Formats: sequence, C-alpha cells, structure tokens
Amino acid sequence: MSDLSFVRTEMLPEQAPPASEIGVVGWLRHNLFSGWINSILTVISLLAIYGVLSVLIPYVFQSVWNAESLNECREIMLANWGSTHGHACWAVINERWLQLLFGFYPPELYWRPILALVLLVAALAPILFADRVSSKLLIVTAIYPFIMPWLMWGGSVWGPVSIALGFVVGFMVLKYATNAMGELIALIAAVVSALIWWVLLAGVFAGALDAILPFALESVQSRQFGGFMLAILLGVVAIGCSLPIGIVLALGRQSHLPIVKWLCVCFIEFIRGVPLITLLFVASLLLNIFLPPGSNFDIILRVMIMVTLFASAYMAEVIRGGLAALPRGQYEGADSLGLDYWQSQRLIIMPQALKISIPGIVSTFIGVFKDTTLVSIIGLFDVIGLTHAIRADTAWNGIYWELFAFIALLFFVVCFSMSRYSMYLERRLKTGH
Amino acid sequence: MKKSVIFGALTVAGLAAGAAAAGTLDDVKARGKLNCGVTTGLVGFAAPDANGKWDGFDVGVCRAVAAAVLGDPAAVEFVPTTGKTRFTALASGEIDMLARNTTWTFSRDVDLKFTFVGVNYYDGQGFMVPSELGVSSAKDLDGATVCIQTGTTTELNLADFFRANNISYEPVPIETNAEGQQQYLAGACDVYTTDASGLAATRATFEDPGAHVLLPEIISKEPLGPLVRHGDDNWGDVIRWTLNALITAEELGVSSANVGEMSSGTNNPEVNRLLGTEGNLGEMLGLSADWAKAAIMAGGNYGELFEKNIGENTPIGLARGLNAQWTDGGLIYSPPFR
Amino acid sequence: MTTLTDPPKESFRLSMLIYDSRYRSMTIQVVAMIFFMLVAAWLLNNAIINLNTLGKPISFKFLSNPAGYDINQRLLDYSSRDINLRAALIGLLNTLVVAVLGCITATIIGVIVGVLRLSSNWLVARIMTVYVEMFRNVPVLLWIILAWAILSESLPKIKSFRGENATSSMSLFDSVAITNRGIYIPEPLFSRSLGNIHLLGDSGLRFDISIDLIAIVVVLALSIFGMRKVTARANAVQEATGDRPTTWYIQLGILFVPMIALLVALGFHLGLPELKGFNFKGGTHLRNSLIALWLALSLYTAAFIAEIVRGGIMAISKGQSEAAAALGLRPNRTMSLVILPQALRVIIPPMISNYLNLTKNSSLAIAVGYFDLTGTLGGVTLNQTGRELECVLLLMLVYLVISLLISAVMNWYNKRVELVER
Repeated sequence: MSDLSFVRTEMLPEQAPPASEIGVVGWLRHNLFSGWINSILTVISLLAIYGVLSVLIPYVFQSVWNAESLNECREIMLANWGSTHGHACWAVINERWLQLLFGFYPPELYWRPILALVLLVAALAPILFADRVSSKLLIVTAIYPFIMPWLMWGGSVWGPVSIALGFVVGFMVLKYATNAMGELIALIAAVVSALIWWVLLAGVFAGALDAILPFALESVQSRQFGGFMLAILLGVVAIGCSLPIGIVLALGRQSHLPIVKWLCVCFIEFIRGVPLITLLFVASLLLNIFLPPGSNFDIILRVMIMVTLFASAYMAEVIRGGLAALPRGQYEGADSLGLDYWQSQRLIIMPQALKISIPGIVSTFIGVFKDTTLVSIIGLFDVIGLTHAIRADTAWNGIYWELFAFIALLFFVVCFSMSRYSMYLERRLKTGH
Repeated sequence: MKKSVIFGALTVAGLAAGAAAAGTLDDVKARGKLNCGVTTGLVGFAAPDANGKWDGFDVGVCRAVAAAVLGDPAAVEFVPTTGKTRFTALASGEIDMLARNTTWTFSRDVDLKFTFVGVNYYDGQGFMVPSELGVSSAKDLDGATVCIQTGTTTELNLADFFRANNISYEPVPIETNAEGQQQYLAGACDVYTTDASGLAATRATFEDPGAHVLLPEIISKEPLGPLVRHGDDNWGDVIRWTLNALITAEELGVSSANVGEMSSGTNNPEVNRLLGTEGNLGEMLGLSADWAKAAIMAGGNYGELFEKNIGENTPIGLARGLNAQWTDGGLIYSPPFR
Repeated sequence: MTTLTDPPKESFRLSMLIYDSRYRSMTIQVVAMIFFMLVAAWLLNNAIINLNTLGKPISFKFLSNPAGYDINQRLLDYSSRDINLRAALIGLLNTLVVAVLGCITATIIGVIVGVLRLSSNWLVARIMTVYVEMFRNVPVLLWIILAWAILSESLPKIKSFRGENATSSMSLFDSVAITNRGIYIPEPLFSRSLGNIHLLGDSGLRFDISIDLIAIVVVLALSIFGMRKVTARANAVQEATGDRPTTWYIQLGILFVPMIALLVALGFHLGLPELKGFNFKGGTHLRNSLIALWLALSLYTAAFIAEIVRGGIMAISKGQSEAAAALGLRPNRTMSLVILPQALRVIIPPMISNYLNLTKNSSLAIAVGYFDLTGTLGGVTLNQTGRELECVLLLMLVYLVISLLISAVMNWYNKRVELVER
C-alpha cells in the first residue's frame, strides 16, 4: 500500500490578486463599472461633466479683467477671441468688488467692519470650538455685543458703555435683592431698574462722560451699510438677538401655564407660517404705522427687528428640539436636588440643551443668512440690490452673469464652510455620548 | 443683548424724531442733511458709481435742493426706494422729498395725499421691438409677448391700450429694467415697454442698437416730477421754486459757468431777483438770499443737468423734445420770479 | 384621642399671589396677559392715530374696484376689468399651482438624489454631493433669477421656428414646442362639450366647472368601484376553491371601455400648438416664469430633501434588513415592508417643514414675473391702490392659512404612518 496521503508542510506563497482587482483598474471596476447600470450612469455623468466644463472653462478663464465699461470688454473680447459670447467680463467685479463687499461704507473706515468680523470670530471661538480655545476669550464674547454696534455705527464710546452699565445695574439689583425679596420680585425689580437706567439715565450719563472725556469714532449712517457686509450683519444681529428671545419662547411653549403657552405658540406658528418677504414688507411699509406718531428710524433697523423676530421663531423650535432631546432624568435629577424652576433651567437644563442645539442654531443661521438676500426686494442695497444699481450705471448696463456668479461664489464659500462646521460638530457631539 | 443696543438706539431715534416735528424745512436745516428718495438704479436718472457717489438727472434735482437749503450740494442722503416703498417712505417722513421719476396722477395727488411740485421730465410709455420683426405700429402687435416693467403705471396703461384697440397680448411682468433688458435681448418677449426715456437709455447700451426700433406710438402721458407730503406748503414751495429756478436759469441764460459773474449784478432785473442781488425772494422762502445761485452752482441749470446726464452727448442720447424750453417749442415752463 | 382635623383655613393674603405656588402661576399668567394686551392696545392705538393723520382709515373697498392690469397665467377667466379681489384669487391659485408642482417634483428629485448619494458608483455619488452642496449653500432667490435667465438664454427662440430655414422644430410628432417663452403642449378639447356650470354668478369669486370633467371623474370612480368588486369576487372565489380566476382582462375592460366610450361621445381630441404670428397659438402654454420658478424651487428644496432621505435610510440599522432576509422576505418586500415604513417615520417630519418652506419661498415669484399672490395682491394691487396695511395683512393671513393647512394635512399623514411603530 503506497502512501498516497499528502500533507503540505509549508504555506503556498501568497499570490498577487488578479490585475483587474487592484490598482487603478480595480478601483475603476469596483467604483465606476461594477455592473451595466453603473457603467451607463458613469458614462452619462462623464458626458455631463464634460458638457458643463467645456462651457465653463473658456467662460471663466478666457475672460477680460481690465476694462472701464462693458463696451470696452466687448471690444477686447472681439479682438482676442472673435466673439463676445462665452467669455466673462470680470472687469466689473474688478472695479466694484469693494462695493459688493462693503456697500457704501466709507472706504477709509473699512477697517471697522473687518475688525468687527475678526472680533466676531474671536468671540465665537470659545463657544464653537470649546475644546480647543481657551475660555478666557469668553470675555470678548461678553463685550462683543457692545463693541460691534460701536464699531459699525461709530459715535461716542460712552453710548455702548452706558447701555452695558444697564446690565450691570440689573445684575446688581438681582444679586442683592434676591436675599431681601425673593427671586421673582428681585427679577422684576432688576428688569425695571435696568429699564429705568436705559430710558432715563443712560443718555445723561453718556452725555456727561462724553463732555468730560470725548472719545468717539466717526459715525456711519446705517443706510451706508450694504453689500455682503449687510448680509453678515443682518445674520449676526438676527441670530444674536433671537437667541435670548428664542430661549424664552421655547420655555414658554413648554410651560404648564396655558396663557403663556398659548401666546408663545401663536407667535411661533404665525412667524413660521408667513414668508419672510411679507415680514420685510411689514418692515418697509407698515412698521412706522404701528409706532408712536412722529417716530421714525431707518429701514435697516426696521429690517433688523423683523428678521430678528423671524429668526427667533425658528430659534425657539431649535431650542425646543434641544430641550426635548435631553433625557428626562436630567429634569428629575434637578428636581430631586431641590432646585426651583429657574435654578434648574439655568444650572442643569439650558447648558446642556443649548449645547445639543448648536448644529441647529448654525443651520438656522445659514438659512437666515441666505434669506437676507430678500432685502433687495424692498430696495436695500445688499449684494443683489447692488447688482441693480451697478447695472444702472451706463458703463455696466447689460452685464449679467458675472455679478451673479460672484455673488453665488461668496455665499457658497461662507455657507459651505459653516455647514461643514456644523457637520463636524454633530460628529463630535455624537461620539461624546 | 444686542437687542438692547438697538432698542436704546430706537428710543433715542424716536425721541429725536418726536422732538423735531416742526416744518420739514426746519427739520432739514437742523439735521444738516436732506433725505432724498431716489430709485434703486435707473440709467441716467439715478445710479451710484464705484465710490458710492450718486449721479443722474433726478439726483441733480436733489443736489440742487440741498444746495439751496443747506448751501452744500453734497449734504444729501440718498435713500433708494422701490416702486412699492417710495410712497410709504415719503408719507412716514423717512425722506423729505421723492425724486424718483414718479408720474403725477390724480389719485397719487389726491388719494395718497402728496403734492407734486412740478415736472422735471415729460415722458410717455413707448414700445421697443427688434427691427427684424418688421412692425411699424403698436397696433400691429396683436398676440405679441410684451415685457413690462412693473411697479409703475405701466401695466395699467398697457392693459388699457390693448383693450381700447381690441387686440390681445401676453404680458411678462418684470421687476427691474436690467432683468427686462436681459429677457428682451434673449428673445423671451417680442416687445419691451416702459417709459420712452428708459427705452432709449436701454437701447443705447445694446451691442447693436440699430437692430431695435422704438415704435411711434406713445400710449400715455407720464409727467415725472419731484413730490412732497401734503400739508407742508412751505417745504413744497422750496422744492417747487428750486426746480423753477433751474428752469428759469436756463431760460435766462444763467449757467453754472457764468452764475458767479452774473451774481455780481446784471442789467436784467429778473436775473438779479433770481440770484438774490435784488429783492428778497430767498427770505420769503425762508432761505438765504443766494439760494438759487447755490442751486445752479450745484449741477448747472436745467439744460445743463439734462445734457450732462441724459442728453444727446451721453450714451443715453435723449433729445430734448417735449422737455425743451417753451421758447423752443417744448413744455418746460417756469412761472416768473417776481 | 385625637381626631384628624383640617388645618385651619388660611386667610388669603396678597403676598400669596407671589409666594404661594398655587396662586403664583395664575399671577404670572395674568401679568403676561395684561402685558400682552397693553402692547397690542398700544400698537393698535398708534396705528389708528397714524392712519387718521395719513387720512387712510382701514377700508377694504379697494378689493371691489377694477384691477386694471392683465395677468398672463390664469386658471380662471380674468380680464383687466375684473376687480382686485379676483386678481388676488388668480394669484392665489398660481401660488398653489407652483407650490403643489414644486412639492411633487422636489420629492421625486430629492428621493432619487438621496438614494444616488449612497450609490456605490463613486462618480455618481460625488456628482450628487456637488449638486446638494451647490444648491443648499446659495440663496434660493439667486437660483430663481439664474434659472429664469438660463431658460430664456438657452432654449430656442420663437424666431428660430419661423421661416423657410427654421433651425428649431417641434418635438414629439409636432405636438410639443419648447421655446424660451415656455413650453407649449397639446390641450384636451371636446367637440361635443356638455358646457360648464357657472358658480357664484358674477361675483369676484365666480368660477366654472366643466361638466365634461365631472363626467370623466364620475366614470373613472365607477370603473374603479367596479374593479374593486371584481377583485373582491376573485378573492372570495380563491378563499372558497383555492383557485384564483383570471380577471386582468375584465379589469382592463372595466377601466378602459366606459372611459373610451365617454371620450368618443364627447368628441375628445387634442388641440395642438402651432406657430401663428408672434407666438404659438393653441395648446397649453407652460410659461417660462412658471417653469423657472418651479425648477428652481424644486431643485433647491430637493437638495434638502435628499439629505433627509439619505439620513432616513442610513438611520435604519443593518440588522433590520438582515432580519428581514432571515425571515425569507425578498429584497423588494424587505424594502416595502421593513425599511421604508421605518425610514418614513424619520423622513416625514422634516419633509413637512421643507414643503412649508417651498410654499413660502414661492412668494419670491415676483423676481421672475410670475403673478402669484405676492405679485398680485402684494404687488401691483398694493402699488396701484396704496393700501399697504390692508394688502399686507391679507397677504399674511392667506399665507398663514395655507401653511396651517399644509401642516395639518401632513401631520395627519404623519400620525397615520406613526401607527406602524410599536
């Protein structure tokens, strides 16, 4: 009996995978041509990409950068490429880009909005990148609401200082009256005293200090604001102001008090139920009717008020989502510690709920920011409004795509980076649990 | 928190506005700035340049008023308004005067309670068509697609015209002239209709203006002029006579070039009265004696404003036509300065 | 022995309004209510004073004055002599048309893109990502303006259809004309029409209902009822005998024979568009402004819906489909019975707010000259009558009602889907 059994004593050498499964070919096979449907889709996609690029690339790169007017642009195009179609005239952007960014803000003062933007980043950094940035920057966050209007509008430094002092007054009253009178009365007293300060004393105080120590920036009318700066300003103001209003509305909507709840629900549903453009019509056409006779303040402030109201309804819903996402145990834990409603909100619920809500707040901001383009319909010179003005200039009458392409690019860059941040944050929040 | 800043600002603004509810003239003087409502941009009539400086025919009127009242043609805040917001802005006091090629109509004067102080441009609604269509009259436009610029009296005139002539059309309403121009050139409509001045201005900027014709029909009367609120006659007088001063200056041959020389005294008593070297017309208006001189210096007399902004030597190239002085067969006519 | 007695009744003191939690909530609410009333009264008072000084007391009489302007797209009959109220109604219908069309196409595009973003095809997934990011991060107003301009620049002009050497021609056997003024498609006509029912007389809200349409709907309903009967019979036979009778030809017959008979009786034919004079005549004209608005709104909203759909599908754990496979369900049954009902629960609530957003964004129609509610009531009517307060309030009210209706319907549907959950 011969021994036919065979036992391999060493491993076979590992063979290279077939050429069609590795490298570029393998990747192509797996990702682009893994079946006939996929192959067809790939071919269609390639054709579409080719179609778009073959128009876009000559348009963007075979273009005129330096010209005084559209006609000059056309002459240069004719001389260089023999046709005026399919080539961009970026000269208009070259000439007007500062105006598109800053509107009619005085050019020698451009440093102010830029500084305000830089400070905005510094003020937001400790909130948005809490794990990487020192919390000492929170001081910037606290004083930013007073610095920003001063930088943008100018005027005496004592105006914002005295308004800030109103908060100090309110806080002091709250702190010392709580022991004497109990929390609710102290809160009311604080609000009343702050209001008294603002309405009666702040002006006198600011005036007096201004006389002693005049320190002022050149003041800028708000109707000189415009362009992309206006969109950012409206967005930041609306979100900044709507946050506290939104918190109050969200708490009101969750409250057990039927009248308060009903008022909040009505407000939120009303604002969310009408298009922003009608609210802007209210700002431009009606707001003056509802204010005391003779009062008149400029359109940008009116628009800010309406956009803030608009944003606060959406903000309330975002925060309500944050509140709902908190586990019940947190509420019960707060109760079991014997905290009252405001204490538990302040110390336990809100810090967590707001943290969960940040991605929602960022996307609300993106939405509001994009929607600020609607102010062009009521005649403000935001970027789109400025395109009308630029095209009313005899030199640039008839230009079209270049302006809109530039605007779209601006919005895309800003909104895309914000939405990426929001996604990063969502991922971080997810792994945190 | 920022809210409080704004509310603070609001309160201050409200108080300031409430305190100064006197006549508009005093308000403007106290403020040191004239708030003038203009369009958001109309070629030749009002548009900001790259530095944000406004220019145009309507802007010239604002500057003349600012110069007459405040002595400084640059002391104007230009408030861009749309067709929708312009009347509200004026009625609410946000602007002191509106110089936004606004048509003087009965209902605006009577029902909306504004005072039109005069006419600075006589316009009318016209039609522009590509010459290759071979249309020679608006009555041949049966079934055509018509681009209309909305927000004005244009769409009403158009509806009335086609109805009266019993022909049909397809309206394409458009918000701004720039969009209308794009749609028309793309062939999305056969006809473009708006004020004749706007059509001429638009055609002038085409790549090939010769390929488009303006039809002979002018289907409406559009007297465009500055307006103020009802009830402040003193302020209305200031605007009315500033405009008249510009017109009279052209009639009398006073221009921005020779006004300095003439204001030292001429043989023509009317020129002297106008320029304040004789009589006290300025005082009657509540202005300085040389108010008209300042207004003329601001941008020139009516004729100069016209030639500089929309006249035949500009790309817009409008002829004077109805807007010539009455002595040249036009309608521009100022009551005497006496 | 002591008996339990009630604690002595406390007499009511004023401070209890604040310190006693039984009364405190009452106090807060009353204060809030008074505060609200005061603010509202203040606003109203200001409005009354201001309107009196302006000499424009609130009045809705302007609604019954002639509008004076023409509207190109009208679903009901309208001429420039009709009153402002009717112009507003035409505008409202136009708003609803674009909102409904937009919601449907946005859902379809959104679902397809959302699924394709998860595609294993690298290129397709990337292109869809680019599409989504491009549309989400640029304002919708810009997209609407651009869509309008692109359509009018890129589609063939009317003049290219004209003359001996026309460069463009109609498609689909000369029945559809695609031009830069819109798309002309055949319209259904009846040569032996039964006429119309006129409702609401000559008022501004009058409308006609075509009897032909009623007849078609009735016949269709009867046919479907008949088909259900047949199916029920077949089910009963199957239960009793185990054999299912073949019914498909009966079903088809019930569906088509009465309908064809009706259409022949009514003299049904298609009205084809043809080039006459300046424009195509006949047929139904889908105007460029409608298409641009529809396209821009659907593409914009679809980008958001795609993200929702992708999130919804990814939220279903893999275990679900594996469990379904283990139960022996075929892949399509897995999708329809296991994945989709669960994904829908995640998808529907955010979809509602996207539908609402689309409807509200349709108010940007004025940018492309589409006469929706904002273009009529809030546009030309407001401009011509100068009645800002009344027009804007009416406008807001109508949008509010539309929004509330949409959320009511969608929430009802959401409730129904939610029942699937255990």
